[in-house]
Amino acid sequence: MTRRDALPGDPIRHHVLSVLVENRSGVLSRVANLFARRGYNIVSLAVAPTEDEGFSRITVVVDVESAPLEQIVKQLDKLINVIEISELDPRWSVERELLLVTVSATPEVRGQVVELAQIFEGRILAVTHDELTLSLEGHPTKVDDFEEMLRPFGIREIQRTGRVALPRLGAQRGPASATASVPPEAHAADIA
Amino acid sequence: MDMNGGQALIRALEMEGTEVMFGLPGGAILPVYDPVLDSTIRHILVRHEQGAGHMAEGYAHATGRPGVAMVTSGPGATNIVTPLADAYMDSIPMVCITGQVPRAAIGTDAFQECDITGITQAVTKHNFLVTSADEIPLVIRQAFHLATTGRPGPVLVDIPKDIVDPTNPASATGWDWPTDAEVEASLPGYHPATTGDPEAIERAAELILAAERPVLYVGGGILKARAAEALRELAELTQIRVVTTLMARGAFPDGHDLCLGMPGMHGNYTAVTSMQRSDLLIALGARFDDRVTGKVAGFAPEAKIIHADIDAAELGKVRRPDVPIHGDCRLIIEDLVAALRRRLSAGATTPDRGPWNSQISGWQERYPLAYEPPAEGDQLKPQMVLEHLRDSVPEDTILASGVGQHQMWASQYWRFQHPYTWINSGGLGTMGFSVPAAIGAKVGRPDRMVWAVDGDGCFQMTAQELVTASAERIPVKVAILNNAYLGMVRQWQEMFYEERYSEVYLSPDLPDYVKWAESMGCVGIRVESPEEIQPAIDKANDIDDRPVVVEFRTDSREKVFPMVAAGTTNDEIQVPPFQAGHGVQTGEGGH
Repeated sequence: MTRRDALPGDPIRHHVLSVLVENRSGVLSRVANLFARRGYNIVSLAVAPTEDEGFSRITVVVDVESAPLEQIVKQLDKLINVIEISELDPRWSVERELLLVTVSATPEVRGQVVELAQIFEGRILAVTHDELTLSLEGHPTKVDDFEEMLRPFGIREIQRTGRVALPRLGAQRGPASATASVPPEAHAADIA
Repeated sequence: MDMNGGQALIRALEMEGTEVMFGLPGGAILPVYDPVLDSTIRHILVRHEQGAGHMAEGYAHATGRPGVAMVTSGPGATNIVTPLADAYMDSIPMVCITGQVPRAAIGTDAFQECDITGITQAVTKHNFLVTSADEIPLVIRQAFHLATTGRPGPVLVDIPKDIVDPTNPASATGWDWPTDAEVEASLPGYHPATTGDPEAIERAAELILAAERPVLYVGGGILKARAAEALRELAELTQIRVVTTLMARGAFPDGHDLCLGMPGMHGNYTAVTSMQRSDLLIALGARFDDRVTGKVAGFAPEAKIIHADIDAAELGKVRRPDVPIHGDCRLIIEDLVAALRRRLSAGATTPDRGPWNSQISGWQERYPLAYEPPAEGDQLKPQMVLEHLRDSVPEDTILASGVGQHQMWASQYWRFQHPYTWINSGGLGTMGFSVPAAIGAKVGRPDRMVWAVDGDGCFQMTAQELVTASAERIPVKVAILNNAYLGMVRQWQEMFYEERYSEVYLSPDLPDYVKWAESMGCVGIRVESPEEIQPAIDKANDIDDRPVVVEFRTDSREKVFPMVAAGTTNDEIQVPPFQAGHGVQTGEGGH
């Protein structure tokens, strides 16, 4: 699996939807079913209650082009338990993801792995004679990069949370609109 | 007022104005059936839960009020999934109560347990699993509100047994009837649309006045919006021709000069072709179904689209509209009429539509709906049976239909003059729909004559509900067009599978429909020759104390025409062979 940033001219396919729902049983299944039923691929999905425990926020990254996105947003909006759907423009959002990874780290290379973790501001959670478990929180692209850098050492197990996002301070949470063009991700400030 | 959950449920249904419910009891729903004995609600005991669902649909179609069905858990609930899916596709307001095993048993694979809210998620507008007796009144109010507002649809309410069983302390509850405001506040994500955007309506008015070849493409949403009168005003003001889809038959009178009839796969030549050649389609409460558009890429290629619908997801789902208008069709049409009147009184003019109108008249003359009369000794032509029936019943007769050839012929050859006189399964195409739907319609409109037109294949799926009709004194009439085949499948096998008839033959004599009808308490009549048609219909029309079944032995070779074969464009419409010598395209594919 290789990853790269989007280039100009690439079709925009990744969209981040922030879906505010009633916090009651079965709602996640309704949302997930809708994606499945209409044949849309969920890249990642994160859900937890909001500041008001009556509601939960689902951050879902979907892999679609604009026209089907419009349809999925409209279909989502028809779900009775869905309160509000907004599409988060990466330029105007704060996005984070958490990674847990267990990587091979024999004594000969352990120093390199630890150094990488320091560069990326990750944390060492556990260590044995030939493995390290690390955590990293950051922008999803930073998490991608960290994962890539660790790969040559031998990833034993990995778990990512999927992204969560909020609008930047001062930015409006706009209604999801498939016609709004989302530019290639620009997030240097987040990574720094 | 203290009561138990079962009493609260029945009370809530009464408070919602329920006059009749269709159902069949069983273990989990038993406690709710006890207060039914003391209720003002008429309960109709069906013979199969599918019948309850279709009866509720027929009732809702005919009356505009939500149909109510109640069944037990497990198989009772799964048996009503088909009607729920049917109601969902055709936007029929319906509230379905299902029993559920006690809360403590949920998830344990208890006897007659099934996850019906999970199963029906994709075929209901919404569903609820009620978790306490106190919630029952609010959930019932929510269910009726959701079923009947916005784009209507079926709502299922699943009720665990322990919260309705008076022997269980968990069923004890007070009575608190929520206000409208409380209901709305309890559904924070639900905001049904009302009026359309005024700017969009102005743009629509502008396009309508500028169009040379406009067509009003009217769908079932017009009926749901109670917008037939508004539509008539719009059509007459603009003098624009109207096509009524299968779901909209009756929304605009067939006898009206501006009416072009049904478009689509089996629509008449003029309705199909006028849409295809149009420069402006004004789609009102229609959803660009594949049976109407044919191959989408070739559908109405020169037409701009105005699309009004209460469901935002329909706007652009199939064809991107030039002017989308999200809202209630009746309010949109009324605003559109006002906008057009303002423009006309300010001196707006329209292009000369004379050439378009003469083109339409030309098509109507050259390609009327027609069939070849039977030769001596031939079996009955189904179309001829329908013409006799049409001409022998009051104009406001309600006609219900099953699914297949007979459905298409009924829609083609009937003359719908009033809204809510045509009840059929359009979206899901549910065989067996007509008998129970007709029963539901007759319960809702006992003042009307109700005929079901059915095929022999369809009839065998749900005929047992005529036992219900006899027992409950619901005098519906059923015309079986018995061609001894699954006719529409046979037609496709003849046309597209080189006459290789696979598993479509049903036999004309097995079962014996007359004996079967009689055994169910109905009058049974068999018609085999043309002279018998009229007397049989007259006899059936005179019987009003029990159901009547008239079996017409029809010609199995008869096919439904015109036809736009699946996967082709509407330009490739095939007219009946005897009309095809007039230079019309008959399509290359398929034969």
